[in-house]
Amino acid sequence: MVVPAFIGVTLLTFSLIHLIPGDPVMLMAGERGIDPQRHARLKAQLGLDQPLTVQYAKYVKGIFHGDLGKSIVTKKPVFAEFMTLFPATVELSLFAMFFAVVLGLPAGVIAGVKRGSVFDHTVMGVSLTGYSMPIFWWGLLLILFFSVNLGWTPVSGRISALYWIDADTGFMLIDALRSDEKGAFISALSHLILPSIVLGTIPLAVIARMTRSSMLEVLQEDYVRTARAKGLAPWRVTLIHALRNALIPVITIIGLQTGVLLAGAILTETIFAWPGVGKWIVESIRRRDYPSVQGGILLIASLIILVNMLVDIMYGIINPRIRHNR
Amino acid sequence: MRYRKGFTAVFVALALLFAASSAYATTCVYCSEGSPEGFTPALYTSGTTFDASSRAIFDRLVLFERGTTTIIPGLAEKWEVSDDGRTYTFSLRKGVKFHTKKNFTPSRDFNAEDVLWSFYRQLDPNHPYHKISGGSYEYFTGMSMDKLIERIEKKDDYTVVFHLTRPEAPFIANMGMDFASIHSAEYADKMMQAGTPDLNDQDPVGTGPFVLVQYQKDSTIRYIAHPEYWGGKAAIDKLVFSITPDASVRYAKLKAGECHVMPYPNPADLAQMATDKDIQLLEKEGLNVGYLGFNTEKKPFDNVDVRRALSLAINKQAIIDAVFQGAGKIAKNPIPPTIWSYNDAVKDYDYDPAAAKKMLVDAGFPNGFETDIWAMPVQRPYNPNARRMAEIIQADWAKVGVKAQIVTYEWGEYLKRSKEGEHQTVLLGWTGDNGDPDNFLSVLLGCDAVGSANRARWCYQPFEDLIQKAKVTADVAERTRLYEEAQMVFKDQAPWVTIAHSVVFVPVRKEVKDFKIDPFGGFVFYGVDIQ
Amino acid sequence: MSATAITDYSTQAAQAPPHPLIEFWQYFNENKGAVVGFYFILFISLVAIFADVIAPHSPFEQYRDAILTPPAWQDGGTWTYPLGTDDVGRDMLSRLIHGARLSLFVGVLVVTLSLAAGILLGITSGYIGGYFETMVMRLMDIMLALPSLLLAMAIVTILGPSLQNAILAIAIVVLPHYVRLTRASALTEKTKDYVTASRVCGAGPFRLMFLVILPNCMAPLIVQATLGFSTAILDAAALGFLGMGAQPPIPEWGAMLANALQFVQRAWWVVTFPGLAILFTVLAFNLAGDGLRDALDPKLKR
Repeated sequence: MVVPAFIGVTLLTFSLIHLIPGDPVMLMAGERGIDPQRHARLKAQLGLDQPLTVQYAKYVKGIFHGDLGKSIVTKKPVFAEFMTLFPATVELSLFAMFFAVVLGLPAGVIAGVKRGSVFDHTVMGVSLTGYSMPIFWWGLLLILFFSVNLGWTPVSGRISALYWIDADTGFMLIDALRSDEKGAFISALSHLILPSIVLGTIPLAVIARMTRSSMLEVLQEDYVRTARAKGLAPWRVTLIHALRNALIPVITIIGLQTGVLLAGAILTETIFAWPGVGKWIVESIRRRDYPSVQGGILLIASLIILVNMLVDIMYGIINPRIRHNR
Repeated sequence: MRYRKGFTAVFVALALLFAASSAYATTCVYCSEGSPEGFTPALYTSGTTFDASSRAIFDRLVLFERGTTTIIPGLAEKWEVSDDGRTYTFSLRKGVKFHTKKNFTPSRDFNAEDVLWSFYRQLDPNHPYHKISGGSYEYFTGMSMDKLIERIEKKDDYTVVFHLTRPEAPFIANMGMDFASIHSAEYADKMMQAGTPDLNDQDPVGTGPFVLVQYQKDSTIRYIAHPEYWGGKAAIDKLVFSITPDASVRYAKLKAGECHVMPYPNPADLAQMATDKDIQLLEKEGLNVGYLGFNTEKKPFDNVDVRRALSLAINKQAIIDAVFQGAGKIAKNPIPPTIWSYNDAVKDYDYDPAAAKKMLVDAGFPNGFETDIWAMPVQRPYNPNARRMAEIIQADWAKVGVKAQIVTYEWGEYLKRSKEGEHQTVLLGWTGDNGDPDNFLSVLLGCDAVGSANRARWCYQPFEDLIQKAKVTADVAERTRLYEEAQMVFKDQAPWVTIAHSVVFVPVRKEVKDFKIDPFGGFVFYGVDIQ
Repeated sequence: MSATAITDYSTQAAQAPPHPLIEFWQYFNENKGAVVGFYFILFISLVAIFADVIAPHSPFEQYRDAILTPPAWQDGGTWTYPLGTDDVGRDMLSRLIHGARLSLFVGVLVVTLSLAAGILLGITSGYIGGYFETMVMRLMDIMLALPSLLLAMAIVTILGPSLQNAILAIAIVVLPHYVRLTRASALTEKTKDYVTASRVCGAGPFRLMFLVILPNCMAPLIVQATLGFSTAILDAAALGFLGMGAQPPIPEWGAMLANALQFVQRAWWVVTFPGLAILFTVLAFNLAGDGLRDALDPKLKR
């Protein structure tokens, strides 16, 4: 299942990239132009003169050796470039997910328990609005309001330019903590707030709604009624009996949000000048940096396949227990 | 700035002292518009890369005086040109120190070896470094240096002689260009021995005013001032490039004090910037030209009267207002006024649709004709919105009966097809490399350039004779005269409609002292102070 | 064109076999949000149809002496341009009104294209099965493994940036959802007695697939299609924002936002109104979609 999907992804990215019109060598030369021999030589240097089948074979062979080629622009290995930027995306995604779960779960649970209440309607309304939000616009509004008008949060970037932090782990928060520079951690944290909110908005909405409907379903189950009938305290029934089971589909949804997060990261990183892989891929597409686009998409797709597989496995592990409970 | 734990009390005290002093260190933050491709200028062509590499880390044999296109001594204190114009002898500066890095402490000063290394790497295919990091030297070959330099001779440690294959007056200006940056040969050798030649390109050692400390991809570049810089230590202690691609965000950061200098503001924000008391808005004419080129090999543009008529039919002021929104000036010559030999006596084709119509009738086109206008798909300083420009020209030409269709392609495709001359008329432009008129006139309009950068495919012998003569003449006064005459010929023959030179705006915070706009479009921080 | 889409789905909903229109409307009507959403969609559709009549100005006309005029209620505003003007002096309100037309057009086209292709692929692979099914479903899995925006960007880069190509790209990236949904329903329906009965009566595969099975798979597809409108509008706006969607001067909301970005600090109205328009329209479709799901989903009915 995973292997054919992976091969499919390599084939898809490879063909997509090679369908893109435009000659990277011409782009490199710009207005100056380039004489035909040099043009041919550069093309050969980039391996673009060979038949597509040969290029594809080389590409797949490279993948198995952990080699995704070198960026046309920076001339560094694509994999290394991806790995230097990836921690930034992970850090942002984790915070966004944290924000979404911390707010979304309790909101969903309470809304489910108090079905039909004002709180329920508010949560449902707000989450549907969040779900409908064009997030690039949302990000801009937040920057305008909190950063430009109020000056509470920084406009963009990962940390104030005044701190000189070594990128040991690539996770700015960890690096800032280890650096002994006063205020660096706070600065890094404050840079995370707005992008996390923006990126977390859609997952937040999805999680809140999913938790609510899952709670509703579970609360109607026989074992919950039994628990109630036994005279257990209502909070005990809700939190221990119902919530535990209601969480199972929610966990799946959280896992499946990885793809959503990575797509959202493309826009969020672009708005906040966040040096992550999403922005990098957008820029690579603009610059016709084939190897980077190809490698970047491949790595992201592999990641999503991997996460989905883990979610499947996890679901399989938890699933028998529900059946047992029933 | 990270201290190991377990120091003695003395060390702690020292460290505290150091921390205290570093708190008062002046830091200049520059919100740059993009990530550098790398740090070895010779390998790349973009200004963004040069700002981060050649303009901070490196020096060249000759330098451009900051804010001008005037050539001044750099790593070479003086130079001599032989009478036949084919031998250039440079006397190198003594006592120039290279940067000291974590993994490298220079054992000697700058000398002829470093010059040889820096040029032979690009010139000699057998040089050990020639193929490292992709091994393509766009500018070096683009400027035909590989064909021009016959050999470089080290006369002694502080004298280097360049032997050229032919006389070339712009050669000295070329030596001030970014690709001619001088690396440390000692460091390169050391990296080669350590088996990490890539490191020489990613984290190079130069003699420039700033030492590269750290680059976090797509995020920040950090430099400290080179304490032993031969021109004196820079006024700022630290220099930070905070990479911020979006112009609105850059402006927000500038207002919030998160950066001191920003490039490429939105034209829309200029009015507000001008009134902001925290910001000084600097401006200067750019070293560029935006033009509409006629394909002079195709009918009817082989007819000079048709070209003149269509030149008369374009309302350039409307273009400046609508497309440049004030950030541009009408161009009448193919070179910008900041370049020496700019001929102000040239008379432009002023907007006159009636005269244009009459001229077209006389040329045998009473009912006009159909043609195309190629519009670039990208934004360039010399043309911020080619599509809009094409629409205005289209409307202007329609008034004299010429029906034009607007054509556009993806950028790479556009460059390729226009190079091959598929167009009838094409919008394009050029930004100068070294401030030499030759860099415009022969690169864009010379006979050799037909089929490459000469998109008008215009090869006109009287013009060609003038620029070829100027190219081999060392005397600047004589060259000026020749170029002035060439501009007259150009205007008369009208292979292009010269449209505009852009005006460059740079907003800097009021604390920034003595920032000068570089005519080459670069951002240079040596000489800048923060108060 | 947008009006047909609206009547389309309500008549299709009406045809959904188990419920007569009235019963459906009763269920739908219970969900206040859905009703609000429905009326908003109706409103936007009317605006889109009568854009030429309602809009006070042409969306392309540039009033050179009224560049970046603020909305009427602000200082310097005038009721000639109720919501102000943009950077070249075009009336914001008129552009938004014409933009409604484009956004609904995007929605209708994306949903029609992806629904048609999705049904075709889904039902054939569900019905035929075997090697064909495996191939189709594998391809869909692979497409799902790529973030949709990334895939859409790649497709637009290949085809060149324009509204049509953005529509095509979005229709392609949302395809897997329709294919999976149709196939799943088709697989369940295929084994049911009424299908066997029809087959015994001599119905050919084409008739079985499209006239017997398909009508019984429609309910979830209708819900998905309604929600698909909102995805399509959002994705088109995102592509427009990245400069890969509608090109200027087309008054598409996302592209309007992208072009207005540079004025964000100077003229809040050029950025705020297109964003609000997107938000409200997408929200309306999501509300209506939710209502539809509740009304059509027997499981949630009391």
